[in-house]
Amino acid sequence: MAYTERVDGRKFDELRPMEAKAGVIPNADGSALVKAGKTTAYAAVYGPRELFPRFKQNPKTGIVRCHYGMMPFSGSGERIRPGNSRRSQEIAMVIEKSLNAMIDLSAFPNAVVDIYVDLPQTDAGTRCAAISAASIALADAGIPMKDMISSVAVGEVDGTVVADLCYDEEAYDAIVSDIPVAMTHNTKEITLLQMDGEISKEDLMKALEMASVATDKVYELQMKALKDKFAVRLEK
Amino acid sequence: MISNKEAISTLAKVGKRLDGRGLLDYRQPIQLETNISWTAEGSAKVQIGETVVMAGVKLAIEKPYNDTSDQGGIMINAELLPLSSPEYESGPPGIKAVELARVTDRGIREAKAIDMKKLCITPGEKAWFVIIDIVTINDAGNLFDAASLAALTALKAARFPEVDPETGAINYKKKTDQPLPILKEPLAVTVYKINGQLLVDPTTQEEHAYDARLTIASDEKGTISAMQKGGEMPLTIEEVGKMVDIALEKAKFLRTEVDKAVKGN
Repeated sequence: MAYTERVDGRKFDELRPMEAKAGVIPNADGSALVKAGKTTAYAAVYGPRELFPRFKQNPKTGIVRCHYGMMPFSGSGERIRPGNSRRSQEIAMVIEKSLNAMIDLSAFPNAVVDIYVDLPQTDAGTRCAAISAASIALADAGIPMKDMISSVAVGEVDGTVVADLCYDEEAYDAIVSDIPVAMTHNTKEITLLQMDGEISKEDLMKALEMASVATDKVYELQMKALKDKFAVRLEK
Repeated sequence: MISNKEAISTLAKVGKRLDGRGLLDYRQPIQLETNISWTAEGSAKVQIGETVVMAGVKLAIEKPYNDTSDQGGIMINAELLPLSSPEYESGPPGIKAVELARVTDRGIREAKAIDMKKLCITPGEKAWFVIIDIVTINDAGNLFDAASLAALTALKAARFPEVDPETGAINYKKKTDQPLPILKEPLAVTVYKINGQLLVDPTTQEEHAYDARLTIASDEKGTISAMQKGGEMPLTIEEVGKMVDIALEKAKFLRTEVDKAVKGN
């Protein structure tokens, strides 16, 4: 009854086919596209720019604002009403916190850096794809960062610890846990951690070890996306 | 942003544009891609120059309206995402998004592009409703034409989802091979007037410098199904005639792009 074979045939620690690209939205100061399986996230960064309303300005440092939205046709069921939901607000908040620790806007008092993430199609792991894309977009925009942030979900499906769950695994008819994680690259610190489902402490630690290796793979793709963009610029 | 309004106006007078295009040339590349979202029943991504727009079709079964109890319905919504331009802010749709959605909607609705009666399942009880959402990824000008292209392409690419014959519930994860009952294929072309000259496919800068614009939706037979004049300045009857001529011709050109994209589908 144990989960011996994944629904899509992947190895337990294998990520879904992933693609990352920088500079996909010319209007933005920085942007990125991340595809993880059938989840696609676009991220755009605008700023540092003047923050309105003024009372929100911080004279000591610039601030980061994050917006997360699933496009109305991006859910696997009925159409999603556009606009903020409780879910999208919470996700925007945790994404903001996961990135904020590594961004240094002390040189930009009173300013804001806006990060917008929108998804045209989703199959679980949207906040992780959002963070990975936003992190590339921030670097693309030249925002001062202490470290790159890479994100992937880990979890446990019917007793087996796995990386990068797809929706069919999250919805698997057994005990499942889903743990979105974001990690810095150099220091391997956790900047996003959520969990729902059921898991023992022992398996949680195994899952986090798996996340540590998995986020390294995401990091490689993020860096490749940035190198691809700027290498093209040099050739021109 | 630097609007270069004067330069654009002066150049227009002698038939020239800032980016060197002819007045009636669309930007390149024009690229249409279908099935960009597996969660939508139909979807498309349209690129005209640097402008990128997506459209997704969702289908739902609902009770028909009382005055059209033997018909389904359509709804078109547009989201000008703050992701796509520094000019857009988060929040409920502003007037620009509302106009874009309504003009795109009228072009398709008034052409009777979809056979509404074929969308009916049980008169007075159940019918298919087609919801098209248009979202901007990068607004570099000419959203009217891009939105119309995306909406039509997504409609043509759409397939009905499976319906459980016993419960009547939609299984959105399984698509049939049945397309929507499309009768006509309207496309919108917007013609802009700048300093007495007519031109198509404006950039964002040109959109800050125009005197008047006219969006004209027409089907493959050249029948006009919707128009919308915009801008601060008036148009003469003669100008409207010229604008319609341009729109009909350009719609033919754009239609070949739609056919290419959907054929490869």
